[in-house]
Amino acid sequence: MRTFAYSRADSVERAAHATTPTAAFVAGGTTLLDLVKLDVMQPSELVDINALPLKQVEWLDDGRLKVGALVTNTDLAHHPAVKQHYPLLSEALLAGASTQLRNMATTAGNVMQRTRCPYFRDPSAACNKRHPGSGCDARDGLNRMHAVLGGSEACIAVHPSDMCVAMAALGATLTLEGPDGEREVPFGEFHRLPGDTPHIEHDLADGELITAITLDAPLAPAGSHYLKLRDRASYEFALASCAAQVALDGDSIGTARLALGGVATKPWRCAEAEAALAGQPATLESFERAAEIALADAEPREHNAFKIPLARQAIVRALREAARLAGTTQEEQA
Amino acid sequence: MNDMTQSAFANPRVIGQRTPRVDGEYKLTGKAGYTGELHAENMLYGYPVPATIAHGELESLDLDEALAMPGVVEIFHHRNFPKLHRSPNSMGHGDQVSEVRLPFEDERIYYHGQYIALVVAETFEQARAAAYRVGARYRHAEGAVPSLLDSDAEGTLIDSAGSSRGDPESAFSGAEVQVDATYHIAAESHLQMEMHATLAEWRENGARLVVHESTQGVFYQRNAMARIFDLAQENLEVISHYIGSGFGNKLFMWPHAVATAGAARELGRPVKVVLPRQQDMTGGGNRPASRQRIRLGADREGRLSSVIHDSMTETSLVDQYIDACGSATPSFYACDNLSTSQRILPVNHGTPCPMRAPGEVSGIFALETAMDELAVELGMDPVELRLKNYAEQDPASGLPWSSKHLDECMKRAAKRFGWDQRDPGIGAMRDGDEIIGYGMATCTWFAGRQPCEARVELRADGTLFVACGTQDIGTGTYTIVAQTVAELTGVPLAQIEVKLGETSLPAGPLSGGSMATATTLPAVAAAARDALAALKEVATGSGGAFEGGEADSLSVADGAFNDGQRTVSFADVLETSRLASVNGQGSAAPGDEQNQYSFRSFGAHFVEVRYDPGISRVRVARVVSTMDIGRAINPPTARNQVEGGIVMGIGMGLFEKLDYDPRDARLVNGNVADYIVPVHADAPEIDVEMLDYPDFKFNEFGARGVGEIGLTGIAPAISNALYHATGKRHRDLPITIEALLAGQ
Repeated sequence: MRTFAYSRADSVERAAHATTPTAAFVAGGTTLLDLVKLDVMQPSELVDINALPLKQVEWLDDGRLKVGALVTNTDLAHHPAVKQHYPLLSEALLAGASTQLRNMATTAGNVMQRTRCPYFRDPSAACNKRHPGSGCDARDGLNRMHAVLGGSEACIAVHPSDMCVAMAALGATLTLEGPDGEREVPFGEFHRLPGDTPHIEHDLADGELITAITLDAPLAPAGSHYLKLRDRASYEFALASCAAQVALDGDSIGTARLALGGVATKPWRCAEAEAALAGQPATLESFERAAEIALADAEPREHNAFKIPLARQAIVRALREAARLAGTTQEEQA
Repeated sequence: MNDMTQSAFANPRVIGQRTPRVDGEYKLTGKAGYTGELHAENMLYGYPVPATIAHGELESLDLDEALAMPGVVEIFHHRNFPKLHRSPNSMGHGDQVSEVRLPFEDERIYYHGQYIALVVAETFEQARAAAYRVGARYRHAEGAVPSLLDSDAEGTLIDSAGSSRGDPESAFSGAEVQVDATYHIAAESHLQMEMHATLAEWRENGARLVVHESTQGVFYQRNAMARIFDLAQENLEVISHYIGSGFGNKLFMWPHAVATAGAARELGRPVKVVLPRQQDMTGGGNRPASRQRIRLGADREGRLSSVIHDSMTETSLVDQYIDACGSATPSFYACDNLSTSQRILPVNHGTPCPMRAPGEVSGIFALETAMDELAVELGMDPVELRLKNYAEQDPASGLPWSSKHLDECMKRAAKRFGWDQRDPGIGAMRDGDEIIGYGMATCTWFAGRQPCEARVELRADGTLFVACGTQDIGTGTYTIVAQTVAELTGVPLAQIEVKLGETSLPAGPLSGGSMATATTLPAVAAAARDALAALKEVATGSGGAFEGGEADSLSVADGAFNDGQRTVSFADVLETSRLASVNGQGSAAPGDEQNQYSFRSFGAHFVEVRYDPGISRVRVARVVSTMDIGRAINPPTARNQVEGGIVMGIGMGLFEKLDYDPRDARLVNGNVADYIVPVHADAPEIDVEMLDYPDFKFNEFGARGVGEIGLTGIAPAISNALYHATGKRHRDLPITIEALLAGQ
């Protein structure tokens, strides 16, 4: 049997200092254990961080919500503050995985989950992410599930998270603790595009640990909707998903937030489309225009071209629902 | 006398009644030992090493690292695995196997996942870890065939799988209305809950082999293993007490079982192998992809004048598997001019095998979609078109049906569904963002019987023991066997012990082809009667409880005899005569009725789909089905089979597809996250009605079997409903989101 060291971290500082480059933190283990069993990841050391005091959800004085790294996906989805002020996040969490997995999976673990690209998960396939320089079997292979946004010659693997798509739209900040102390990274800058180095997926340095994710203050009054499109009704990764949040200004869109999942190599914030929506009437025409803008740079491969029209549909429908709910909220407050 | 309307089971008390599974407690509490859970003393664990290419040769193996790993005992491969003989692979002689090539025969690689080595270690984890460290170098060969769907090859015509009557070609070309369409169905995985598993143990210094296997046919595996390991059948035992389903891929033995038994013999210790899901999906069977062309000719009134059904399915490079798509077609509709043909094309996959309603479910998709296309051409209601071409007798054989109520199925299901509310206009029915589509299709599955033997023992402790060497693959065979002997003896279910799934028991049939019920129960009934006769002889004999009485005058009720005056329990009868038990043997086989009637089950499915074009989402909202399956022995488990078939049909229609990389024929989605099957949220409201027309011409129980028919006809009902919603005809399965988008 391939052996590995196992230790339980009892403090954040020590966890961050104790690790080596081939170590891995384990919380829920829902990605890691799978990939170890498939021989895709071979950590020499597992540092179990479940005992760390990172399970709080608390409002900060500036109106932001701080979520501890170890808050489970289930607890976060059902947290009263999240349900009331960030329903988009709750919806996205509940669209992901299954109840059993959400009970184990943590907030930071969700951010760190690995791609579902089948070539990544098959050690006998060429994959620059798993084995830098080995090539990419997905580019010219069965790439139905792959990215149309943010891909490179080296990698077109999709970031699989739903939660992260909502966070990208809501805006958030990650708190990282490492050997050199604590630092903060905006959510949108945490995940990296694959470029020539698809094995580097994020901004985390060796030994650094995500300790919290702080959500931007809620946009109010607003409506939001997370729409996940997939083959079957549940328990499947997105073919295209959209997190949309709309605050109305009379009959027009005041602020819109838009992010995509299932189609991009990282949680995909659509800043240009958001800008184009501001001040526009909340109509299908506006939503369709935003969808065109959001997918303008999409590059399909042989089997995933359908994701472009599908993502457009996800955007239009999610915006429509978000705007409808925003209208309801506006009326209630009037 | 074949008309068994005077059946002993005409007015049953236990048969046909809702009966909780007699093995339910064992399954619920974990006492039911499935093969993968079993443990033998001193047992080793095997983990197969799969080929990572689909076509070529194994150039070399590097075993040094793996052999040095902790717990590793041996690694078997083509250079050190014992030379064995192949099985003759004969259905008639009961030694059919799923893949006739033995494991590790040579260095040729025919498919991705083919075993190139077997690592044997002290623990499962050690075996798996070492298997990952076995190095292999390959010589890739050109020309791997990834799928029939990617190939223009013509394949090989299988004459024996075709049929013809009249002059279908002329009738087609002269027909007033024609449909000529081609249909494709992707390869599917059985994805049975319990993986293939073998535990092999050699006893008596290697003279005797005992194998636990998750199998639908213990006798077939025993016979095949006897040929392969040069053993007398008597020295080989195959046991399969509990099985987590099979859907056909456990009918016949696969190479992993041979590898396991071979390793156990070489090492002199028991070895267990449980295939990981990935290997179960590459080398444990699949439903092959198919291409079918259907040509229908009809007059303006909708009367069929010609049916031509040409099919091609995949086989592997190592075996010739025929998935006969056209086998139900000749019996489906009254039509004088008809032909079917079947071709097979070898591809670089593990050998395909029967999967629930093999062949027919594929063929019925094509035929029943084509009938819907014809109905559209004619502007005729699809139910009316089917009634217009109703086969009052079997057009294939000319024989009368033993019992057919398909017309009633269609009418009753249509009424419950609300078919008369259907606006036939394309996309005419809407609800918010959704377009509602109504579609229907009919279905059928043959009713077969095999020879079978059984044994019943009446015991002095009041219990009854019944044994048959068939299997319960999860469908409820234990329970219906218990019901049968309870019906005949009046012994309560709680006092009945059923033993199945061992080759030491009287020979029983495969659990397949929806034949187990009709095959097993008549033999069990015969054995129960034989045991009762033996006990009556005891009771009326010297020193018996009814000494001097007439055996024929004893009536049977509640586990006791009554002579009109006294009631004496079976237990007391045995005690009175100082006997521990009496034994009854029984056998049953199909008879002359097979030459007098044609036997099939029938049904009709009505499906509502909801299609949201704004987000390209289709969901099956409602299924209403009526089935004509003869009598259901245990209605809840019978209904459960139909409901499960319906859900499986939703998978076939909308989700399921084994994805082989077109570049190298490697299976890409060999896991249950990427191979999509329906989950609970995809299961719609399902309303199944079973007509209760016992088919006593078939057997005294009136049961025809129900394991497969529910799946047939669902996929075409879905595609027909989707046509009604969208106006786009989907002829390829599964109907994917990209196919839906392409229609917009």
